Amino acid sequence: MGLLLTPPMLWLGVAYLGALGALLVTSLWSQNDFTGEIERIWTLDNFRSLLTVDVYRTITFRTLMVAAVVTVVDAVLAFPIALYMAKVASRRAQRLLVIAVLMPLWASYLVKAYAWRGMFSADGPIAWIAQPFGLDTPGYGLFATTVTLAYLWLPYMILPVFAGIERVPDSLFEASADLGAGSWQTLRRVVIPMAFPAIVAGSIFTFSLTMGDYIAVKIVGGTTQMLGNVVYDNQGAANNLPFAAAVATIPIVVMLGYLAAARRTGALENL
Amino acid sequence: MAETAISLRGLSKHFGTVRAVDDLDLDIADGEFFSMLGPSGSGKTTVLRLIAGFEEPTGGTITLGDEDVTDRPAFARDVNTVFQDYAIFPHMSVLENVEYGLRVKKVGRAERRKRAEEALETVRLGEYGARRPHQLSGGQRQRVALARALVNRPKVLLLDEPLGALDLKLRREMQIELKAIQREVGITFVFVTHDQEEALTMSDRIAVFNEGRIEQLAAPVELYERPASAFVAGFVGTSNLIAGEAARQVVGQEGAFVIRPEKVRLEAAAPAPSSEVCVAPGVVREVVYLGALTSTVVALDAGPTVTVTHPNTDTTIDAALERRDQRVVLTWRREHLVSLGSPDPATSPEEETA
Repeated sequence: MGLLLTPPMLWLGVAYLGALGALLVTSLWSQNDFTGEIERIWTLDNFRSLLTVDVYRTITFRTLMVAAVVTVVDAVLAFPIALYMAKVASRRAQRLLVIAVLMPLWASYLVKAYAWRGMFSADGPIAWIAQPFGLDTPGYGLFATTVTLAYLWLPYMILPVFAGIERVPDSLFEASADLGAGSWQTLRRVVIPMAFPAIVAGSIFTFSLTMGDYIAVKIVGGTTQMLGNVVYDNQGAANNLPFAAAVATIPIVVMLGYLAAARRTGALENL
Repeated sequence: MAETAISLRGLSKHFGTVRAVDDLDLDIADGEFFSMLGPSGSGKTTVLRLIAGFEEPTGGTITLGDEDVTDRPAFARDVNTVFQDYAIFPHMSVLENVEYGLRVKKVGRAERRKRAEEALETVRLGEYGARRPHQLSGGQRQRVALARALVNRPKVLLLDEPLGALDLKLRREMQIELKAIQREVGITFVFVTHDQEEALTMSDRIAVFNEGRIEQLAAPVELYERPASAFVAGFVGTSNLIAGEAARQVVGQEGAFVIRPEKVRLEAAAPAPSSEVCVAPGVVREVVYLGALTSTVVALDAGPTVTVTHPNTDTTIDAALERRDQRVVLTWRREHLVSLGSPDPATSPEEETA
């Protein structure tokens, strides 16, 4: 057993956590403004500018907001779909729906993001539908980014919620009806509270994936910047790896806090 | 008989080609402890689910009191169910579980709490209101399910094999307690079970189900002493079936007859012939010690195998064991024979079960 576990544990320990450790160490170094060389001198300067420069605070806040909105939108969309899949659909329909939910995951991320770029373009379907009502496409920006990300991560919400609701025994639905509760009461008092840990489990995916994303923002976000872009730009164009590393610690810290909170709801047993 | 609590007329439920419930007529009296007894797949649970409103009947009507509830959803029927798996809400405390029915019916907070606490007292769980369901034993969960149903003061309480998951000792205790609670609250209990002993212990009347129909509907004593069919005789208690050629030889009559094991006597020699006593010689095949009873299996010369039981009044069973492979004579009083009319091989059980 120990022998069998050695390679994966090495992978986890060295390649996975080791890389994260290297990232954190890098974030405590600095870059020589003139030569662009990394100077291996311990400093908290990167974090200081992260916390004091307005634009980074704004971007952090914006990223958290988008992650929160995407999560809420996905939860609201996923719950009825998951409920239908788990308790209403026939066995056959259930299998087909699982495939339908998984199918978008087989398609390339870029294809889907560009598909939404087309949707939001000035002569795209959204503009075409909105036109008769005297409206126009919202265009590229925060709204398009949120919609695209909500679309991209929806399966990651549906699947855990579906599994969570499926685990609720039918007899609990019957017991609730038996005790005089109509469908809405049963939903509110039994199904949603019991599915809540599963929803939190799904939100871990939607929230963290949104926080780390930088491609969808590039494609449909117009000039909008999120944390991912800051990381990308700093290690790409600016070649300021230490600062990029410092920015990258924000999502990590946020997610650690998020996971700690999620653990209290029992969500981690639903992953 | 008192007022009718439940009345079923021509009730049917088909699942595809399977007739789970087949054209059933049944009246259950107010305040009665009524049991539906039968093997699994006999339709008894389906009848219960039809009354509760979890299944829609294929045909027929269900009347509760004097209201036709056939087309009403479960939540609008004045019945409550104790589920086989108890169906306790795991995310609520014991008290919240018991309050649930009152809460969804918008009963005020103070009254809700008071009634829930009373119901918990009734099932002797007064101290357990704050517990979470996963902290309870099976027997305690069963009581919570009972309290949660009783607190609504339904017209009828439906119990779906509620004691099935409990161990034997606890089950016996709960049987007596359930009966006591029923007497105390005066609600009609409709109790589904496959355990004939349980049904005999608790019920005012028992309906024996087989293949979606009621085979016999009677009080426990009558059901046991006067089974109406070979199926009932075989399902309720142990019985010895004597039919065909054997009946002609032993009973001296055509037909199928049933004799209970405890009504048969084991003798060494044939008694003086009498018109009141049946006599059947045979060989002892097996002697089984059952604690309170000893069961002796005798192969009659006339053909059938007959089980005889007698109480163990001594502290050894050496005397009984010595009879193994010995010739004996079985006797029983003719009045203890139950005639089933003409034998129907299709319904006679392969093996008599306890």
